[in-house]
Amino acid sequence: TPIRIGNKVDDAKGETVTPKESATTYNNFYEFGTDKSDPAKNAGKFKPLPWAIKVDGMVAKPQTFGYEDLLATMPIEERIYRFRCVEAWSMVIPWDGFQLSELLKKVEPLGSAKYVAFETVVRPEEMPGQKGYFQPLPWPYVDGLRLDEAMQPLTLMAVGMYGEALPNQSGAPIRLIVPWKYGFKSIKSIVRITLTDKEPPCSWNKAAANEYGFYSNVNPKRDHPRWSQATERRIGGKSGFFSGGGERRDTLMFNGYEEVASLYSGMDLIKTYY
Amino acid sequence: MTATSTRPAARARPFNWLPVKIWALYIVGLIPAVWYFYLGATGNLGADPVVTFEHNLGFWAIRFLLATLAVTPIFILGGPNLIAYRRALGLLGFWYVLFHFTVYLTLDRALDFSAIIPDIVKRPYITIGMLGFIMLIPLALTSNRFSIRRLGPRWNKLHKLSYLVIIAGVVHFVMSTKVLIVEQTIYIVLTALLLGFRVFKKPIMNWRKERMKAKRLAKA
Repeated sequence: TPIRIGNKVDDAKGETVTPKESATTYNNFYEFGTDKSDPAKNAGKFKPLPWAIKVDGMVAKPQTFGYEDLLATMPIEERIYRFRCVEAWSMVIPWDGFQLSELLKKVEPLGSAKYVAFETVVRPEEMPGQKGYFQPLPWPYVDGLRLDEAMQPLTLMAVGMYGEALPNQSGAPIRLIVPWKYGFKSIKSIVRITLTDKEPPCSWNKAAANEYGFYSNVNPKRDHPRWSQATERRIGGKSGFFSGGGERRDTLMFNGYEEVASLYSGMDLIKTYY
Repeated sequence: MTATSTRPAARARPFNWLPVKIWALYIVGLIPAVWYFYLGATGNLGADPVVTFEHNLGFWAIRFLLATLAVTPIFILGGPNLIAYRRALGLLGFWYVLFHFTVYLTLDRALDFSAIIPDIVKRPYITIGMLGFIMLIPLALTSNRFSIRRLGPRWNKLHKLSYLVIIAGVVHFVMSTKVLIVEQTIYIVLTALLLGFRVFKKPIMNWRKERMKAKRLAKA
């Protein structure tokens, strides 16, 4: 289904957009399996609609928002962002969505709220990765942001990509996009958002704290313990070895979104707040 | 008339299929590499062709090395004797490791040694993989009749390195991934079984001898 879009913003400075076919067949969404081709193969049973997001915690007006209402009332823009996975590959994707700040304003965060916690849906019957003996992570998948990160204008609640509603394997019907952080922070198929005063748990951080920090800002100088983050392979669509498939490029600090640097002034992003 | 008298004897000797079968194994064994290369070069290896190619070469390396180590246990446990194919299986394993490493150096890292050297030195899973590759080199170099004759019993000792090679290979693979899934678990279990067999080989062989003796006695 096409998404009604207002503004269009190219936040990837004209870089070539990744072909839709690559962006929707090469995914990490462990709820549908651990191989990158699994989500596209296994997400067929998932029923994204009807959908509602509960927003609660340290807010003056806790509310549950229906997906259709959000689609009808929120100002939806196209934002072309670079997307950098912690595994050192990247894409350029046109997302359709609204700023998370717009949603948070509606529930009126209290002064005591410092963090925002997110939670993915749990539906073992529709998500084969949540069933069976080999479950890579405990469910639900959770992640979080600092409130000021959540309020940053780049932080997007995406309902579509390439002008159409999100496909199941990409986090239908609504997901987070934080373009200056590694992809796993951009939590998918969100059912709950909770404002809190404590740093919320993150699934990957809980699984391996020395490898995946709470902040996980894209940072070419802070290596993953097992691989360098200095460069990335740009996923280039259906191109072969000798026509740019998997071409490497330098990774940019904050994935090129330098405007977020002020959020972290004075913080050691290598040793402490990685 | 000596020529005519020897001919019938030569004709009576059955044709030896073994060398043909061994060459066929080499050719069949190389099909995955050729096939994935073809898919990758023509843009049919998915969104991330270089890494998919690299990983598949690695998987096949581990598969051939495991197959090499399975030859003896299969025979001792009463299966067919595949010893004639062991060298080919081992060399296929070596070639796939070599392809895997070459793809990493060229297609993946574009010979950027300022990235490759720190990778090998600093990343334990790459260091371990590299050690496995280095240990495999003398084994490949001595996989010929001349070396076997020349080295004698030392050849057997040297080729026990293959146990360390498979451990390095599987550890390299498991450490490179984010979570433990079915695939890695299968390789870990197979490696444990094949190496565990070496530990218990003597008792197993004694048990077989006893059983055979008992059978013979029962018949008599």
